[in-house]
Amino acid sequence: MKKVAPILWICIVLCLTYIPILLLAVYSFTDATTVGADIGGFTFANYINLFANEELRDMIIGTVVLAVVSATIATILGTLGAIGAFYSKKLGKGLMRSANQIPVVNADIVTGFSLCVLLIVLLGINKDTFIPLGIGHVVLCAPFVYLSVMPKLKQMDNNLYEAALDLGATPAQALFKVVLPQLIPGILSGFMLAITLSLDDYFITTYTKPSTFDTISTYVFNATKGGQTEIKTALWALSTVIFLIVIIVVIVMNVTSSKKKAEVKNAKI
Amino acid sequence: MKLRFNRKQLCIPYAAFLILFVIVPLLVIIYYAFTDGEGQFTFGNLISFFSSTNTIGTLIYSFALAITTTLVCLLIAYPTAYILARSHFKKKYVMLLLFIMPMWINFTLRITALKEILTAIEGNIAAYPFLNSVIGMTYDFLPFMILPLYTSLLKLDNSLLEAAQDLGASKIKVFLRVTLPLSVPGIISGITMVLLPSMTNYVVLDMLYNSTYIMGSLIGSYFNSFDWNNGSMISLILLVIIFIVTLVTNRFSDKDDNGGREVIL
Repeated sequence: MKKVAPILWICIVLCLTYIPILLLAVYSFTDATTVGADIGGFTFANYINLFANEELRDMIIGTVVLAVVSATIATILGTLGAIGAFYSKKLGKGLMRSANQIPVVNADIVTGFSLCVLLIVLLGINKDTFIPLGIGHVVLCAPFVYLSVMPKLKQMDNNLYEAALDLGATPAQALFKVVLPQLIPGILSGFMLAITLSLDDYFITTYTKPSTFDTISTYVFNATKGGQTEIKTALWALSTVIFLIVIIVVIVMNVTSSKKKAEVKNAKI
Repeated sequence: MKLRFNRKQLCIPYAAFLILFVIVPLLVIIYYAFTDGEGQFTFGNLISFFSSTNTIGTLIYSFALAITTTLVCLLIAYPTAYILARSHFKKKYVMLLLFIMPMWINFTLRITALKEILTAIEGNIAAYPFLNSVIGMTYDFLPFMILPLYTSLLKLDNSLLEAAQDLGASKIKVFLRVTLPLSVPGIISGITMVLLPSMTNYVVLDMLYNSTYIMGSLIGSYFNSFDWNNGSMISLILLVIIFIVTLVTNRFSDKDDNGGREVIL
């Protein structure tokens, strides 16, 4: 009896979380235009629309390209920043830590609006150059890369770097061949985090983007204002596709990480 | 000596980036908040914020909505995180992933799904704006509350709980006097992850029933009417709120914490 209540609670919360997404997935395969309506005939029409509609396709590609480019820049900047700050004196370290923390605790809307006022209103940079948008997304992502790399630097054995120098490596070689490889797990998880933050962002995008460019977030938001049912149901298909991708990525990462763990265990034996 | 100098230089690009695109924009916001359209110094924006019943009403409504959402999230997330962290599931990590996964689906798409369901159940969503706002925000932010709570509850030292029990504390007492106080950093971190976004994320409300009354929507409407000065004033007021919240929470939370956003894969 005792064990039923917790399991029941977990089930209820999981159901509430997934029912909307799953129901939308079911309806995305039908020709119904509102959820709750009679499930009409089974059809792939929404999926065909999703990939055939040029506007939708451009929007999806644009979102992904923006995420990859800004996450890459953010990863380079954030990693170098973390390494530099780690070896800096206490004051420099503290200043970097505080400045890095500002975008993390700040509301995205304030970050986006302040960048818009500086770059577009005050400096007059043309939105259509994608420069404000790119800068905005790097501001959003880089602090989290920095925060992912920093713990790995702290765990690192500093003697290895000194040893590399003693064995004749130049500081640059020691950095790239000894320090950097040890940071790779932190850099990778920072990069992944940067990608997800960029993909999910609405506010920074909306205040800095070119007027003709849309990411998934801004597009979906505008689509809910419009009355085009064709677009609306195609977005149900998009939601389902993203859900499937997330599931696949999670499974793949779990399998590879448990394999790695098994390998480590075997190596120890 | 030359060597250390080299390594430190690596942070110059990022430091310059932070100064240019994080610190300078905030200074610009302060400048715009205290000037009018012609660049003349004025307290007008501040005074008009605090003298308009519309904006003050929005501020109060935002606080009410944000606090309610945070409490609801906490009430749902704490038992969930507790059960997950203290359970003997072999794969509790996989269970956690199930709760975290929605975070990686674009939030506008999740809100679309929620809207369809709510419309099917309630008919006209706009009839219960506050209730549906809380539901929408909770649906959006719940994973961000579960993650930090789970992390702090997982770290809990079992021997402390056993010690308390051995010394004669009842189960409820153990929870109230040991578990709960030790999970305060997680609670605080979860609160910061939910409180501020639910004051500003007007997109959730706008998507649900086409109209919004929170602080974020004021910035949105000033942005649409190119009123940078009043928009900056709202941003500045939000910044002050954020600053106060951070000051309070920094006293409780772990150092080097990056909120609940850490990728756990």
